[in-house]
Amino acid sequence: MMSEVIHLKERNRKLFEKIEEISGEKVTLCEQCGICTTSCPMADEMDITPAGIMRYSQMGDETVLDSEAIWICASCFTCTVRCPRGIDLAKVTEALRELNLRKNIDRIDVSHLDEELDELPAIAVVSALRKFTS
Amino acid sequence: MKKFPYYPGCTLKQTARNFEESGIASAKALGIELVELPRWNCCGAVSSLTSDEIMRHVAPIRNLVRVQQMNDDGLLDNEYRLVVLCSMCFNVLKRSNLIVTKDAEMLRTINEFMDTEPDYEGTVEVIHFLEVLRDIVGFDKLRAKLKKPLEGLKVSPYYGCTLLRPKEVGIDDVESPTIMEELIKSLGGEAVDNPYRSLCCGSYHTVGDNKKIVAERAYKIINAARKNKAEAIITSCPLCAFNLDNRQKLVKELHPDFEYMPVLYFTQLMALALGKEKEAGFDGNFVDSRPLLKEKGLIKD
Repeated sequence: MMSEVIHLKERNRKLFEKIEEISGEKVTLCEQCGICTTSCPMADEMDITPAGIMRYSQMGDETVLDSEAIWICASCFTCTVRCPRGIDLAKVTEALRELNLRKNIDRIDVSHLDEELDELPAIAVVSALRKFTS
Repeated sequence: MKKFPYYPGCTLKQTARNFEESGIASAKALGIELVELPRWNCCGAVSSLTSDEIMRHVAPIRNLVRVQQMNDDGLLDNEYRLVVLCSMCFNVLKRSNLIVTKDAEMLRTINEFMDTEPDYEGTVEVIHFLEVLRDIVGFDKLRAKLKKPLEGLKVSPYYGCTLLRPKEVGIDDVESPTIMEELIKSLGGEAVDNPYRSLCCGSYHTVGDNKKIVAERAYKIINAARKNKAEAIITSCPLCAFNLDNRQKLVKELHPDFEYMPVLYFTQLMALALGKEKEAGFDGNFVDSRPLLKEKGLIKD
């Protein structure tokens, strides 16, 4: 069988290493079977699929940091419990969100919510702030 | 009365007061007193999934210290099983507990940080109230205590995510859970299958510009229940409850053919079946379940 070693460019290697470090997951274990994508209840809302997120992460491709998909993932862990390679994909998307949030780029502005805060359950507000703000 | 330490969480004091009241009343009817932790704090609602944010485990662990203190102070008799009703809080507390008890260095760091608190010694077990019903009370014993079996009521369980996933935190089989179905049956009702019973409702996307994500999932979950002849849905999560219940208004706007369906906390139906109708808090849900319950002869007016 032919095999080919992929050498990442310096900046891609750095991003790949950061993703693995923050998530604590080995994204190279992914072999693109796609079970995550077929299991994902949010896949139809995403611009790249969960398997796509894994592929971009393996390649250290910055495109993934600008995707909508990493914010659409709501950490439901369906892919996590089904991944045949044992990868916790929810941790990978969390790491990708964190890589944005740690640059102080917030995803939502609480002062501009269109709904009164007291109408929403406290856990909705707290969890949204935890996931979308730095 | 058997006493257990109990963690309510923020939302049970706010939009989900009927969850707490019906839960406490049901427990009491089964000979269990849920003793609220003194000086509990918000658990953070979602677990940090990063490898490097120890700080985010402090809030959950601080709550577990309270359980040790309650035992030390004689408020509990050697009872370290912390009961949680909100399945989101349950997930966060259990997860942090599992993480720090497997990582001595992290636990030491957290204990050193909480320098005004006693050390957490890893003695607490976080359990969900549904586990109390299944494993401590037993569904057979629950059935024997019914005052008003939910005869003829067809109920779809909705597990959502946090009761089941990830695997090490879940209280039942991750793909084929039965605990809610068993509960419905032991309350005298009919458990209706729902293929989307553990499909994510969209969670915190209910905040901000992506509410439609939640509404579309609610539409899917509720319609699947209806297709299988369910008349109501039960849940154990105040966020799922909001998304499946209150967001039906938005579902109706997006899909005019949609029909409302009551979504209740499992404890509300349990309180009713145990003769605690007053504490069931049926006036606290968005979609009113009382016309249905009247039609079934389960409540009067």
